[in-house]
Amino acid sequence: MESIINGISQPLSNWWAGFREDFINNFITDNRWLFLWRGLLCTLQITFFAAIIGIVIGFFVALVRTTNIYTGKLRFLNGICKLYTTVIRGTPVVTQLLIIYYVIFATVNIEKTLAAIVAFGINSGAYVAEIVRSGIMSIDRGQIEAGRSLGFSYVKTMWYIVMPQAFKNILPALANEFIALLKETSVSGYIATQDLAKAGDIIQSRTYSAYMPLIAVALIYLVLVVGLTACVNRLERRLGRSDNR
Amino acid sequence: MITVKNLYKKFDNLEVLRGINETIERGEKVVIIGPSGSGKSTFLRCLNLLEMPTSGEVWFEGQQINAPGCDINLVRRKMGMVFQHFNLFPHLTILENITLAPIKLKIMDKASAIEKARKLLSRIGLADKENAYPAQLSGGQKQRIAIVRSLAMSPDVMLFDEPTSALDPEMVGEVLDVMRELAEEGMTMVVVTHEMGFAREVATRVLFMDNGQIVEQNTPREFFTSPKNPRTIEFLAKVII
Repeated sequence: MESIINGISQPLSNWWAGFREDFINNFITDNRWLFLWRGLLCTLQITFFAAIIGIVIGFFVALVRTTNIYTGKLRFLNGICKLYTTVIRGTPVVTQLLIIYYVIFATVNIEKTLAAIVAFGINSGAYVAEIVRSGIMSIDRGQIEAGRSLGFSYVKTMWYIVMPQAFKNILPALANEFIALLKETSVSGYIATQDLAKAGDIIQSRTYSAYMPLIAVALIYLVLVVGLTACVNRLERRLGRSDNR
Repeated sequence: MITVKNLYKKFDNLEVLRGINETIERGEKVVIIGPSGSGKSTFLRCLNLLEMPTSGEVWFEGQQINAPGCDINLVRRKMGMVFQHFNLFPHLTILENITLAPIKLKIMDKASAIEKARKLLSRIGLADKENAYPAQLSGGQKQRIAIVRSLAMSPDVMLFDEPTSALDPEMVGEVLDVMRELAEEGMTMVVVTHEMGFAREVATRVLFMDNGQIVEQNTPREFFTSPKNPRTIEFLAKVII
């Protein structure tokens, strides 16, 4: 009996001892957890500001494109917006990042994080634009006509009547885009940004163990995404009040 | 009050309105009838420029509204419009639907806009619905709210584009009652409808449109008892009165 228990508990405690040692070595020694912490802050910073740029560009492009569809105006601007979405959606984000850093900002000494923010913001804008455009187009033309017939200008009709409804419809798709953005920033290590994914690599290069840093990085991304999803779900429920029958 | 001169409207190659000349005086209740595709709705939508005429002039209260330089948004405040599909704003409560335009266009302050909306709501017997959302209402209730939403802007004329065509039969009556009341109060109304009973009782003038033109018009009594144009006679023979 005793030998059976020993047979199980011996490897288990061996494993535990190894795990403990690994953990200390990867995260505690030399305060290596600080790499992860700084990496997390860097990732959040890039994601947050890139998302803001993405929203601004995305809504602008979507409004230009729908205005062109509804009124036939802004033809030149519409052409530029179309070109923008085509190019951005047609090329890999890593390539865009490298071009922004090594080509466009080649001659100026720009902070790497800032280059990443710009690159991911411009990239995200193209996707946000298509999401917002689909949201606006999903609103019945009758809503615009009702707004206009009450004396609202086209812009005010968009602002007070179309956008609030469109926003509610596109919220899940937007959340999806920002979750994707958050994870996509993990390639910003290509320009040596010290983001969360890069932090894992740095620890790995010091400790020569792959398992711990990678799992830690994965867990942190997971927690971020789950948190973001929970926030969006709450917002969705609040905006869904008018659907009650 | 509204004058239309030589109005033409083309959609691509389809000529929908072909030379309409018409004047609508203050206080008139003009009902427009005609077969589908005859251009009734397009004509009505040209009156507040939801459709831009291809050529011709639209005048409202002494101002040519399809001339460059005319602020159509200001003109539309004085022209209420009711649609076939109600077009209430689904993301807003009933009270917000009614007060949105008066408040945001700074015609009234919030308190008096709400007061006016409540007064209008109780007039149509829907005072208890002010916090409901459009999705919670029946078609007839929605259309009555849509009428009231336009009235909140204190318009000089009301345009109705087949206001009862999307309703279940048992709800047509309640909407027509509100329109009848409005007519009795002296509102100028232009109504595109298939409700011949309404045309007969409420209209001061009936226009019959066919193929993009007004082919006959008369007082309802004359119009329904002794139509003159062969197309009118044919149309009236087909509809149940």
